[in-house]
Amino acid sequence: MKTIQVATTINGDATEFVCAPDESLLDVLRNRLGLTGAKEGCGTGDCGACTVTLDGRMVCSCLVLGAEVEGSTITTIEGMSTGDALHPLQQAFIDHAALQCGICTPGILVAAKALLDRNPDPTDTELRYWLAGNLCRCTGYDKIIAAVQDAAAKMRTA
Amino acid sequence: MVQVTLFGSIRAHADGRAKVEVEARNFKELLDRLVEQYPGMKPQIDRGVSVAIDGLVYKEAWFAPIKPDSEVVLLPYMQGG
Amino acid sequence: MMDTGVSKRKFKQVGTRPARPDGVDKVKGRAMYGADMTAPGMLTGRILRSPHAHAEIVSIDVSEAVALTGVKAVVTGADLVAQDDIAMRDIQINVLATDKVLYDGHAVAAVAAVNADVARAALKLIKVTYRALPHVTDVDAAMAPDAPVVQAGRSLETVPAGMSANVTNQCEFGHGNLDAGFARADLVIERSFTTAATHQGYIEPHACLASMTSDGKAEVWCCTQGHFNVRSICAPLLGIEASQLRVTASEIGGGFGGKTAVFIEPVALALSRKSGRPVKIVMTRDEVFKATGPTVATSMDVKIGMTKDGRITAGDATLRYSGGAFPCGTVEMGAQSAFAAYDLEAVRTLGWNVLTNRPKEAAYRAPGAPQAIYAVESVIDELCQKLNLDPLDVRIKNAATKGTLSSYGPTFDDIGLMATLEAAKNHPHYSAPLGKNQGRGLSAGFWFNFGGNTSVSLTVNTDGTVSVSEGNPDIGGSRASISLMAAEELGIGYDKVRTIIADTASLGHNDNTDGSRVTFAVGLATIHAARDVIKKMCGRAARMWDIDEDAVTWVDGAAVPAGDNAGKFPPMTLAEIAATSLQTGGPLAGHHEFTADGAGVSFGVHLCDIEVDPETGHTSVLRYTVFQDAGKAVHPDYVEGQMQGGAVQGIGWALNEEYIYGRDGRLQNAGFLDYRIPVASDLPKIDTVILEIPNPGHPYGVRGVGETPIVPPLAAVSNAVARAIGMRMTSLPMSPPRILKALSGG
Ligand code: FES
Ligand code: FES
Repeated sequence: MKTIQVATTINGDATEFVCAPDESLLDVLRNRLGLTGAKEGCGTGDCGACTVTLDGRMVCSCLVLGAEVEGSTITTIEGMSTGDALHPLQQAFIDHAALQCGICTPGILVAAKALLDRNPDPTDTELRYWLAGNLCRCTGYDKIIAAVQDAAAKMRTA
Repeated sequence: MVQVTLFGSIRAHADGRAKVEVEARNFKELLDRLVEQYPGMKPQIDRGVSVAIDGLVYKEAWFAPIKPDSEVVLLPYMQGG
Repeated sequence: MMDTGVSKRKFKQVGTRPARPDGVDKVKGRAMYGADMTAPGMLTGRILRSPHAHAEIVSIDVSEAVALTGVKAVVTGADLVAQDDIAMRDIQINVLATDKVLYDGHAVAAVAAVNADVARAALKLIKVTYRALPHVTDVDAAMAPDAPVVQAGRSLETVPAGMSANVTNQCEFGHGNLDAGFARADLVIERSFTTAATHQGYIEPHACLASMTSDGKAEVWCCTQGHFNVRSICAPLLGIEASQLRVTASEIGGGFGGKTAVFIEPVALALSRKSGRPVKIVMTRDEVFKATGPTVATSMDVKIGMTKDGRITAGDATLRYSGGAFPCGTVEMGAQSAFAAYDLEAVRTLGWNVLTNRPKEAAYRAPGAPQAIYAVESVIDELCQKLNLDPLDVRIKNAATKGTLSSYGPTFDDIGLMATLEAAKNHPHYSAPLGKNQGRGLSAGFWFNFGGNTSVSLTVNTDGTVSVSEGNPDIGGSRASISLMAAEELGIGYDKVRTIIADTASLGHNDNTDGSRVTFAVGLATIHAARDVIKKMCGRAARMWDIDEDAVTWVDGAAVPAGDNAGKFPPMTLAEIAATSLQTGGPLAGHHEFTADGAGVSFGVHLCDIEVDPETGHTSVLRYTVFQDAGKAVHPDYVEGQMQGGAVQGIGWALNEEYIYGRDGRLQNAGFLDYRIPVASDLPKIDTVILEIPNPGHPYGVRGVGETPIVPPLAAVSNAVARAIGMRMTSLPMSPPRILKALSGG
């Protein structure tokens, strides 16, 4: 199969890659670019472990083709913090023990940030519905909700 | 002598008795005496059994000590998740 | 020897909530899970699976696949060493089938190719000729005398003659006179129940990277609950010695028991040996559902008698569990747990395991207990309803306490059931008002907890810090708990300790991360390893002071003279001893290897409020509170996390999750879309109340906490539904169509 050349911006860096026409953005990130922070839990859009933002929109990267992202801006979990400082959401997840195994954590952090970018003060219900596409089998979600709310509060006063 | 309580499905090999007595100072001796005295138990014991000694469950420790007045209960081999 | 006076101990570190050591890596996406590792020259492995529920393999022709450009190796069952030991042989033929396929998704062959596309294409070129055989996927159908036989000759001597050949074992527990007990009852209720098989549902699919050379040297990197177990299984299947196979556990994305089993690692090793290159296999979600272990599917009858004032007079349960196509001992655990919460004069449980054409069962959190306890707690609840008794009072009245002869044989030592029941009774949740279509349910739950084989090594570095190496993959923050216990025992700060998971070459054997054993057993080994090095540090101080070794003790992180007679010296801290350790006798290290038996049992009580929508049959969980005895909560955040996560898995089991098989014996819902696990918007806050009734078998009083929380939700939710709709559901899950059917009188 002929590969396609694609130019994008990923986590602020101009990035070019080649991929097969049917290759998912998730596979490109993980297998071609070494960005293994996005995880594959299902490959069918049902778990949210592969969540990234594409031009500011939250997407399941397993459902996006690598070839589709020409000219787009992508942010993955690897782009969430700058230097050695954690994003308030990342810090809150550690402080609130919002991860057990942590496999869902990158996707949930990206999704939570996408929500707070739009709505800095969500209710618990809004937050639970926003995160409904991100499965976590370990925590029962309780500490995740608490962590996001704590981070949101800190970000509002920052 | 220690008194050993047998779980239901192994009693058939001890003439239906729920309790038997054997001379044993530890888990290993207990298993050896049971097999000697009740050969029908051998297949089950070879597959693995646990023992509760004074309420605590031991799965492998052959030398877990048994006192003459210990409560000893034979159980199937147990496993968690 | 164990310390006495456990409960009096004042802790400095244990019981605090420090940040976990792997937290930053995990929130930054840098932690390396099973699928995240690569090796130069790595190939992609993929597995061909049976489309049949049950078939004979007549022939496998791999020639076209081998010939495809980019294919570097093809293996079949013939590439693994045939095993004599029957349990090992079951694993062998489950990993790669030989004569027969036993379930939809059973692995038949595998390829390694330069990339996934070529590997997928190669699978299509493998020609397997099957002769389809009659199949059975339902437990009760498989018990019928004329049922298709899944595997012949697998019945143990415990099975009475005349039963279906699919019955592999029978077990029985209990004591007392049942007939007399039922005769004393004012009301006897007997009901039959079924529960669907559910999957552990870890978000990370199984993944491994294997490298094996033609001289038999091998390495495996994989996500597992026990890399020592991976070694024990892979080495004989590949015909190599344990010393030649090093297994390293990656970070693990959930397991819940399901990653105690081995599926792809031997296949990747065989492919690597044949191709001469490293091979990575990552399962798809479809493969995870079809070919890795769900829990047992069950069918159960429970009969309980009760007096008018709520005393249980007798309990009898018959359990039929199916662990899939292979013999499975889970029913024994169910039969022992069923009535464990109660102090009963007459009790009996009888259990059978039955073969069906389903994947090989893998442990799932408290394996066997949630199902049996669901059935028992449902009947108790119905008795309470009919006799107009408060369900919590009835449980308190019958609760097992210290000195109770348990239903499975041993007499209980200190246990926390009564305390959890009373905490539930006094909690505002229990008396909060309920609205229309709403109901409140409760259930007690029990799990044994285990210890097991454990090996820990602990080094004191010259800068006064401590490194702990342990051998149990960290699923839920255990490295933090182990560091806390090391810090506590050594009397230094948590930040001075780092715990890592060592590979199979670096420590003695460690049992799987299962049975709620890690905080208990690895913690105990860590405490002993710390004491080992403390003794050595006291020895170094004695030399420095030129006094007798026995005249030195360890207090608050420093060696001190044991008394005035020993001499007058200022305390010598761990850091001071460490700084000169290379001059005073060499590196300082402690270690401990043992079988940590003697774990204490654990009880929990869950309270649950639900609302049923009579239009749709949908059940919403409105409020949920978990009460559990943790013995001593080492890191309370992760204890709460276990309680919440287990409760939610149980809620999913009660309301939605199930393996659905078609008439063709094939799994119909092998994906997260159709196998629906709870999402954030399905749930309320899960409140937790931790009780601490110290385990007499642990110096800090620790009990395992990981498994008990999945036990009560099935009945707690079901009892709530029964009270909301005025009807008792006897099949799980209580999915909306089932509830609608019940409401319409069907
Ligand atoms: S991997 Fe993309 S949604 Fe699951
Ligand atoms: S922490 Fe394990 S899946 Fe969320």
